[in-house]
Amino acid sequence: MTQPSYATAPGARRRRRGRGLAAVAIGVLAAGLLSACSGDSGKPVLNWYVNPDGVTTLTELAKQCSTDDYDIEIQLLPSGATDQRTQLARRLAAKDGSTDLMSLDPVFVAEFANAGWLEPLPEDVAATATDEDVLEGAADTVTWDDKVYAFPQWANTQVLWYRKSLAEAGGLDMAKPVTWEQVIDAAAEGGGTVGVQANKYEAYVVWINALVQGAGGNIITDNEAGKDASVDIDSEAGAAAATVIQKLARSEAAQPDLTTSNEGTSLGLMFGDSPGEFMTNWTFVYKNYEGLIESGDITQEDFDDLGWARYPATVEGEESKPPIGGIDIGVGAYSKHRDFALEAGECVTTSEAQVQLAVNEGLMPARASAYDAPELTEAYPADLLELFRTSIDSGGPRPKSAYYATISAALQSVWHSPRSVDPDKTPGESAKFLKDVLEGKALL
Amino acid sequence: MTSTYVATAGEREKRGGKKPDLVESDRMRAENSLGRKLVVPAIVVMLIVTAFPMLRALYLSLFTYSLTAPEDREFVGLSNYLTALTDPLFWRDTGVTVLYMLVTVAVELVIGFAFAMVMHRVIFARGVIRTSILIPYGIITVVSGFAWQFAFSYQNGFVNGWLPFLDSDFNWFGESTPAIIAIMISEIWKTTPFMSLLLLAGLAQVSEDMLEAAQVDGATWWQRLWKVILPNMRAAIMVAVLFRALDAYRIFDNIAVMTAGAVNTESISFLTYRQTIEQFQLGIGSALSVLLFLSVLLIAWLIVKLFKVDLAAARQEG
Repeated sequence: MTQPSYATAPGARRRRRGRGLAAVAIGVLAAGLLSACSGDSGKPVLNWYVNPDGVTTLTELAKQCSTDDYDIEIQLLPSGATDQRTQLARRLAAKDGSTDLMSLDPVFVAEFANAGWLEPLPEDVAATATDEDVLEGAADTVTWDDKVYAFPQWANTQVLWYRKSLAEAGGLDMAKPVTWEQVIDAAAEGGGTVGVQANKYEAYVVWINALVQGAGGNIITDNEAGKDASVDIDSEAGAAAATVIQKLARSEAAQPDLTTSNEGTSLGLMFGDSPGEFMTNWTFVYKNYEGLIESGDITQEDFDDLGWARYPATVEGEESKPPIGGIDIGVGAYSKHRDFALEAGECVTTSEAQVQLAVNEGLMPARASAYDAPELTEAYPADLLELFRTSIDSGGPRPKSAYYATISAALQSVWHSPRSVDPDKTPGESAKFLKDVLEGKALL
Repeated sequence: MTSTYVATAGEREKRGGKKPDLVESDRMRAENSLGRKLVVPAIVVMLIVTAFPMLRALYLSLFTYSLTAPEDREFVGLSNYLTALTDPLFWRDTGVTVLYMLVTVAVELVIGFAFAMVMHRVIFARGVIRTSILIPYGIITVVSGFAWQFAFSYQNGFVNGWLPFLDSDFNWFGESTPAIIAIMISEIWKTTPFMSLLLLAGLAQVSEDMLEAAQVDGATWWQRLWKVILPNMRAAIMVAVLFRALDAYRIFDNIAVMTAGAVNTESISFLTYRQTIEQFQLGIGSALSVLLFLSVLLIAWLIVKLFKVDLAAARQEG
């Protein structure tokens, strides 16, 4: 035991304690500064900005793909797509050297590439990133202006989920391709509903775009002309899309919260006491319902009644264009370690990495070969996997444009609420408004 | 302080705002010159952090310029201003913003004054009472926005339960009017303490002698309030109203948190934010920022004219 300091005057004791605290503070500060410096002298750290889907597996991938030359560190982006885009854009607009890798929604790729924020992949890397194994719909999302700007990591698509008993009651033969009109009629006939995403948000544009493309049209063409792109939504295809939305909005099969519906709102209407529903939704639906058996929310019998088919056609005879989503991995143009980042980008998007994401997180692969992996064929029915694969391969992306955010917001502004959509007016109005906004003649 | 003469607000007004004729001594000249030298660094910093962004916004507002299409940047003169000023959306948002400002400032002034009186007159537990009145002001606006959003939520909030004339599933954020009311309540709750703090300073300036004299002359409490307290607090009230009105006109956080601008609750600041940050449209966004700045200047000018008090006198500067 040391001698207690009774003998010391209180003032001196306080001073000494103060000095001790100061020494500790300096020590902590110095340690902090030193560790901050060690980044320069030691192994470089690559920052990978990821969205919150499948973070556990992404963290695992980051670990697996770290090498003797560099470590990959995960940085989490906000959950909303708009917030993710804003946060990345703010960093990139300020030429942030620490944004090395980023998980990008496909529609951001063109925007970011056009702004000069993404490092174009060198030819050999680009060739591998978009080789024959990569499904066409996914490969298409990473190209802009004849260059490849990202690695497709996983792909998402929508299919038509339905209660088999409802389709039967509605008299719809699901073995053949079905149209929206048939689906809405069958749902009404069978006392069921049709679930879509029609809140005023991005997924509503996904629906509109799929309907327009399904009728052989496009929202815009000559996309690379930027704000001078040709606005084509005021067309027969646009009118066909509006007809479908109007038909559903006026039908008995419309769900009560149609105008605020999102990916989650219609999930609950599939089973239960009602006859069920037809629902266009992303690939996560299968695992979502499967998980409900264990918790007792639905029975195995219910689950066996779940059917799936290709996304409905807008017009009879024309093949549908299922929506494409997913994540592409881009390399920051201002990154201090671009070569390492390119290497890491390749590593986190290999077929094996995609299988891990699919099996652990339910995020579907962008590479065809990954669909043959035994882990995946065990986890999903063969016909469902085949449906996902063909849907992604033949899907239609949303317009690639440097002005995508503007295009999307302008469409939402005119086409919402779905109850106000009129095939004679809405496509024309939205075309005019979109042109005005792109030319800077109207506020959005 | 260097000033050798301090005019009170009353004296200054009597002279019609003219500066007092003072003979400048050598010492005063030297002190003034030193004073000017001392403020130079501050002015330089101010120029860098405020004047540069303002001038840059002014410059950018003359272009159509999207951050994601830098090559399409094009000089368009005042066309962005024309677009904004002829667009119904701009005027709708301006109307909504003015409504936020008028209602919140008026309510805050009344409640804030009552709180200031309480804080001024309270004789027991003075510290506790003053602190509890000021607590909301210490809470970050975003946090206050979330708290009130939960309070008004029909799923887990308490407001519907407290109001017997409302259905328990009444959605406050489903329509414009209730959503705007909810936003205003959050704003008022958060900033009333600030108002009362400024008014408390004004109350403290009112001379007790005058109040006693009025009382001796037989003035009622109401008369003392209207004839003695309020006129003597005019400068403090003006500062409070000015600060809060300018703040309220730039309202953003509560809207962003509670409705994200949905159901026509968007203010001019939020519109500007959407153009610049969400749409990356720097040209039109900058034009809107400039218009916002001009509106704030206009409001400040109007308030100063309305109360006929000059700010320097209110702060008792020489």
